[in-house]
Amino acid sequence: MIINSRFFNRSELLGFLALAVLLFLVLPLSLDIFRLNLVAKYLTYAFVGIGLVLCWGYGGILSLGQGVFFGLGGYCMAMYLKLEASSVANTQIQSTPGIPDFMDWNQLTSLPFFWKPFHSFPVTLLAILLVPAVFALIIGAAMFKRRVGGVYFAIITQAIAAILTILIVGQQGYTGGINGITDLRTLHGWDIRTDHAKYILYFVEVALLFGCICAAQFIRLTKLGRILVAMREQEDRVRFSGYSVANFKIFAFCAAAVFAAIGGAMFTLEVGFMSPSFVGIVPSIEMVIYTAVGGRMSIFGAVWGALLVNFAKTSLSESFPQLWLFGLGALFIAVVLAFPNGLSGIWADHVQPRIDRLLASRKSKSAAGLIADGAPAE
Amino acid sequence: MLVGHQPKDFLLAVSGLTVSFDGFKAVNDLSFYVEENEIRVIIGPNGAGKTTVLDLICGKTRATSGSIRFRGQELTRLRENEIVQAGVGRKFQTPSVFEDLTVFENLEISFPRGRTVFGSLTFQRDDTVRQRVEEVAEMIFLKDKLNTYADQLSHGQKQWLEIGMLLIQDPDLLMLDEPVAGMSVSERAKTAELLNRIIKDRSVLVIEHDMKFVEDIAHKVTVLHQGQILSEGTMEHVKNDPKVIEVYLGH
Repeated sequence: MIINSRFFNRSELLGFLALAVLLFLVLPLSLDIFRLNLVAKYLTYAFVGIGLVLCWGYGGILSLGQGVFFGLGGYCMAMYLKLEASSVANTQIQSTPGIPDFMDWNQLTSLPFFWKPFHSFPVTLLAILLVPAVFALIIGAAMFKRRVGGVYFAIITQAIAAILTILIVGQQGYTGGINGITDLRTLHGWDIRTDHAKYILYFVEVALLFGCICAAQFIRLTKLGRILVAMREQEDRVRFSGYSVANFKIFAFCAAAVFAAIGGAMFTLEVGFMSPSFVGIVPSIEMVIYTAVGGRMSIFGAVWGALLVNFAKTSLSESFPQLWLFGLGALFIAVVLAFPNGLSGIWADHVQPRIDRLLASRKSKSAAGLIADGAPAE
Repeated sequence: MLVGHQPKDFLLAVSGLTVSFDGFKAVNDLSFYVEENEIRVIIGPNGAGKTTVLDLICGKTRATSGSIRFRGQELTRLRENEIVQAGVGRKFQTPSVFEDLTVFENLEISFPRGRTVFGSLTFQRDDTVRQRVEEVAEMIFLKDKLNTYADQLSHGQKQWLEIGMLLIQDPDLLMLDEPVAGMSVSERAKTAELLNRIIKDRSVLVIEHDMKFVEDIAHKVTVLHQGQILSEGTMEHVKNDPKVIEVYLGH
C-alpha cells in the first residue's frame, strides 16, 4: 500500500540506467585512455559522495574528514602494491633489500610490524574495509556516545584529517612522508600501468560503484534509512521511541567511511600512487562540495557531482590555475544558498516536472489523434 | 521523608527526587507514587517544575539525588532508550513528529520491534506491523492520512500523531505534557475522548492547565509549587485546599 516496495522507483531507475549507459558505454567508447583514466579518478570521489549522502544528507552528520577514510583505504592498497614492487630482486641496490625504497632512505633496516600483513592480498582487501570501519567506529563511539554533534563534530573530523596528514608527513620512514607511496607497479603480479590494465580497472571500478549505489539504496530503503531521516529532524523523539541514537550515527559514519575507503583503494590503483595530499582538510572539504553540488539527498546526484565538479576542475584549472579555488568556493556558496539540494534538486524540481508534462501532453495528443483517426473510419 | 522501602503495587515510585541547576532546585525532595491503571494529573503554576519531573522520569534530565523506581527497576541509572524499553512513553509539549516522513512511517518507527541497528536493517513491514499501524491510525483520527507527510498535518493532528506514536509503543506508563494545549475546542473534545480510550490498561501521568479537562480525566491530582508538592488528592480535595487556591487556582 504505502510507498512502492520496488528497489528503485521510476525516476531512480531512469537515473540508474542513464548512469550505467554513460559509464559503461558512452565514456569508454568516446574517450581515449588518458581521459578515461581521468574519469576513473573522478569516480573514486563518487564513492565518498555516496557515503556522504547517507551520513550527511540522510543522517545529518556532516563529516569534514572523509579524506581520512579515503586515505586509509588508499594507503592500505598502496602498502600492498609497494611491498609487491619492493621484492628483493627489484631492490638489490638498497642497503636493506626487500623493503620499500623510502624506508631504506630513512635508515630503516627491517619492515615495520604493521606493514607485514600487507604481504597478503586477501588481508589487504579486508584491511581496506576494516581499518577505516574500525577507525570510524572509535571516533564515532567517542563522539556520539558523548552527544557531540553538528558543527563540533564537523570541526573534530577536520582536526583528525589535519592530524593524520601531519602524522603521515612526519613519519616518513614508515609512510613515505609528503611524497606518499609511489612507484607502484603490479597488483598480485598483474601490471597496472598498461593501457589494457587501465581499461580493466575502469570497468572494475564502475562495477564496484554500482555495487555501492545498490548497497546505499538498500540501506536507504530499510527502516534504518528512515530512522536516519527521523534522527536528523527530531533526535529526541527517536531516542524516546526506544532507539540508541548514538549507535545509528556510528553506523552511518562507519558506512560512509567504508564507501570512502573503497574509493581510496581504487584511486591508488587508477592513479598509481597515494599521498597525504588526498587525506587532509582541503580534499576532505572538496569531497563535501562534490556531494553538495550533486545533491546531498541523492545517491545518483553524488556521482554526478563528483564527475562534473572534477571535470570542471580539470578543464578550468588548466586554463585559470589561480582562479579555480575561488570558483570552487563560489560554487559551494551558490549551491548552499540557492540550491540546497544541488543538481538533483534542480532536476527533481524543474526538469523532471517539465519532462513529465511534455510526455503527458504528447500522450494525450496522440490519444486524441487516435480517436480523430478512428472516427472517420466508423 | 521516608525513602526506600515501598509497597510493591505502585507502578511508579518517586522518592526524595531532587534536581538542581546551578544551585537552583527545580525539583526539591519530591515524592509521589502512581498506581497501576491510575490517571494522575500534575498541575501547578508556571515554573513549578512540572515538565522537569517528566524530564527526570524519562531520563532527559539527570537527577541530582533521589530515586525513581518503575516496577521495581531504578530508572535514574538507565539511558533514555532503555527507559522507553522498560515501558515508559513520553509525549512532549510541542508536537515532535518526523515531518519528512509519512504518518505511516512515523507510526512504524515507534513500533516496538527492530530497535537495534541490525534489527532496523532487517526490519520487515509485515502484516502485524501494517495492522497495528492502521489500528492506531484509526484511533488517532488519521486513518485516511497514512500516506501524508507529517509536515502537512495541522497542529492538532501532529499532537494526535505523537500520541499515536506512544500508543504503538504500548507503554505501561504514558506521560503527556499538555496534550490539549493549542487545540481548538472540537479537537480538545476529540482528544479527551481519545485519551479516555487509550488509558485503559495503563497508567497515565498528565501535565495540564485546562481545569475542565483535568476534572474530566483525573483520578488523582498533584499540585506542584516551587518544585515541591503543595497538595495531593482527588480533584474535589485539591480544589478546596486553601493553599492551592492561594497560589494557583485563585489567579
